[in-house]
Amino acid sequence: MQIKYTDALIIGGGLAGLRSAISTTDKGLNTIVLSLVPVKRSHSAAAQGGMQASLGNSIMGEGDNEDVHFSDTVKGSDWGCDQEVARMFVNTAPKAIRELAAWGVPWSRVKKGDKETVINAEKTTITEKDEAHGLITARDFGGTKKWRTCYTADATGHTMLYAVTNEAMKRGVVIEDKKEAISLITKDGQCFGAIVRDLKNGELTAYVAKGTMIATGGYGRIYKQSTNATICKGTGHAIALDAGAYLGNMEAIQFHPTPIVPSGILLTEGCRGDGGVLRDKDGYRFMPDYEPEKQDLASRDVVSRRMLEHINKGKGVKSPYGDHLWLDISILGRKHIEKNLRDVQDISKTFNDIDPADEGEKGWMPVLPMQHYSMGGIRTTPQGQSITLKGLFSAGESACWDMHGFNRLGGNSVSETVVSGMIVGNYFADYCKETDINIDTKMVQEALTEQDNYLDELLALDGNESIYDIKDEMRHIMQNKVGIFRNGKDLEEAVKELKALLKKTKNINITNKHRLLNQELEEAYKVPMMLKVALCVAKGARDRTESRGAHYREDYLKRDDENWLNRTLSYWANEDDWEPTLAYEELDIMKMEIAPGFRGYGKKGLIIENPLSQKRQDEIDKITQAHVGDRYELQNKLMPYELQSEYKSINQRLGDENE
Amino acid sequence: MSREITITTLKYNPSDENSKPTFVDYKLEETPGMTLYIALSKIKATLDHDLTSDFVCRAGICGACGMIINGKPKLACKTLTSEFKDARIELLPLPTFKLIKDLSVDTGSWMKNMSMRVNSWIVTNEEYDISKFEKRIEPEVADEIFELDRCIECGLCVAGCSTAIMREDFVGAVGLNRVARFSIDPHDSRTDEDFYELIGDDEGIFGCMSLLACEDYCPKNLPLQSKIAYMRRKMVKV
Repeated sequence: MQIKYTDALIIGGGLAGLRSAISTTDKGLNTIVLSLVPVKRSHSAAAQGGMQASLGNSIMGEGDNEDVHFSDTVKGSDWGCDQEVARMFVNTAPKAIRELAAWGVPWSRVKKGDKETVINAEKTTITEKDEAHGLITARDFGGTKKWRTCYTADATGHTMLYAVTNEAMKRGVVIEDKKEAISLITKDGQCFGAIVRDLKNGELTAYVAKGTMIATGGYGRIYKQSTNATICKGTGHAIALDAGAYLGNMEAIQFHPTPIVPSGILLTEGCRGDGGVLRDKDGYRFMPDYEPEKQDLASRDVVSRRMLEHINKGKGVKSPYGDHLWLDISILGRKHIEKNLRDVQDISKTFNDIDPADEGEKGWMPVLPMQHYSMGGIRTTPQGQSITLKGLFSAGESACWDMHGFNRLGGNSVSETVVSGMIVGNYFADYCKETDINIDTKMVQEALTEQDNYLDELLALDGNESIYDIKDEMRHIMQNKVGIFRNGKDLEEAVKELKALLKKTKNINITNKHRLLNQELEEAYKVPMMLKVALCVAKGARDRTESRGAHYREDYLKRDDENWLNRTLSYWANEDDWEPTLAYEELDIMKMEIAPGFRGYGKKGLIIENPLSQKRQDEIDKITQAHVGDRYELQNKLMPYELQSEYKSINQRLGDENE
Repeated sequence: MSREITITTLKYNPSDENSKPTFVDYKLEETPGMTLYIALSKIKATLDHDLTSDFVCRAGICGACGMIINGKPKLACKTLTSEFKDARIELLPLPTFKLIKDLSVDTGSWMKNMSMRVNSWIVTNEEYDISKFEKRIEPEVADEIFELDRCIECGLCVAGCSTAIMREDFVGAVGLNRVARFSIDPHDSRTDEDFYELIGDDEGIFGCMSLLACEDYCPKNLPLQSKIAYMRRKMVKV
């Protein structure tokens, strides 16, 4: 067992972690990135459809800017997000995409002249402007007012991840793959690094750092059906929880409308963004009946619920895997599919033997909403530092800084990864530069020994439970009782059953006794971590007696701004506890730039208003009416926010002179 | 109607001095649409907790699960058990890469070395301001770069390559394709002479014997044959 020292330690080698590593390296810090897998295999690679940034180059994005992107994001979040963070994000996203372009991401570009496209299931011709030729183009996505989602066919995350990894390698970032952090080193409320297990040889090493960042993505694998990669288990959240960090809004889980049945592999929202539609067992396009304005492109939480609502009316297609609906992209034509949706085509052909470019129902793909994204995560300040554990930062999907609130818009997550890598990465770098640590090697050695002993204890357990069965049961409970439609009774049972499962993990028997390379031992230490995360989700959902964004309670149908305009915090109060403790953090309506209201999609009349919302709206109206000056000055009057000057600067756009 | 299938895999742990390479048979019931990811997950959970393999995305896009399947390098997650009419499937780890255990190999270190060797990144002195317009790129050029940027570093081209087996430092089709990708990128200022410095030898473009198994096995159907030929013509002229 050895000890390694570095300035900045980043756990997780997806887009957020790697972009943060570039920030720290550019500030002269020695940086180590740890990753469960070779970093180019991180789950960021699975982001298909695109990245939101309000460039407004395409004719269909004309008039787009930070304000429109901000408004879409806040409404998407069902007013659950931190509006200051959303502002930081929308202002930096155009810069992030331009940086990525310079790093070689081959973004699809605007071609001047006429272009045939499908809008509202009709073939339509749009005409791109001459002056936009060669700039980055965008496609339509759910919950957005403009075509804002920039893309490289349906492999956007892949090209981004390769470009960012390449830049990190160019800068000499130390990337160590097949390394898993199994606990954090902490003392007196400060984080000093992590205890790390080498997955190639099973050895433990202590990584001591001035600052530690967790960028480990989501926790979708606690569900039976998830689009997430096998590595998205939430173990990064669990080690933070164990070390005293608070997690935020863990119950906010996104279910994507169109994973393919039964494998659960995602088919991008770009399918519908490009003009594809959902159909029922009769081939009927049902979404316009439910959502006249946004139709198939309302936000994901709304579309997923409408789909299940429609299935519950008996309109689903029967299959051995239960009822499903159809996704029809054949109307886009073979040429478009084979250029812009080729991975979708490949997935559908490989796993379902369906060529979606085939005309008519032959090409329809079976889809059903499944777990897709974790809005919740390690609760941090807008600068990305844990609110309770000094020196611990988090960025990307693993964090709750909190730009998504209770529902994330498609295209905003892969965008968040790089944007937070820039913003939080730089705050993290500043912290590492300013911080000198004085650490006792004996304490580090003890932390190492503790984990070493823990692994030995796991191997020595002589019970009668199987860790594989426990994991299956957990995923089953989450699927059936903490899913899209939730209710108090199921959630109460889920919490009880998950607690019982956590207790059972103390009574397992590991048949494979190898201490070093042993994937069963890995399950044995991961599953209890996953259960703790699952308990935060289930308990948070049980106690939140309202419906907001993706959190939908059949027994509390209304969004309750009077009582629940807050953020759930969960933490593990005592080591021997069997469940997390919850606390709540109020959102301040009087500081919001957009006061709570109707989202513009979803069911109407389901809001319990907070009287402060109207008061704030009146204030906003007054400020806006009295305002003389440009939109940036108005924004600053309504809700001033802090951001590094290089990211706060004005983004150049076509037609700027008209402003 | 379900059938029983037999999956035979090599088991070997090179870090354990008591371990000897052996073949192990697993019999299991085939389920509809079963992939080798599903089959191996089932084996690991129920028949052999010690069997080691790598899966990440299980959707054919991350490149983690390359292995030799009945003699051919393929992605296991994209391989359906129903493809094998005699219900027998033999699995071996990818050659060329360092074996970690059983079906798990270290592609990460190999790909990192290759990336460092070919300087797999944009090289330029051009300044850019992220608040201003991005550089304009012809739409067709962007599409052409994307075509080559689709490589997922799964290593199947390397596992199928005779040169890679003979020459430890050969950059493989993956490396040559990467150079071809940067050579057409308007953001990159490197000249053919610069690329010659990187790949103008037998470990690079002149090592390829044009057997072209790389293209046959590429799960992304990259045009490796024409890109290697394209780079070779360019490099010969330098």
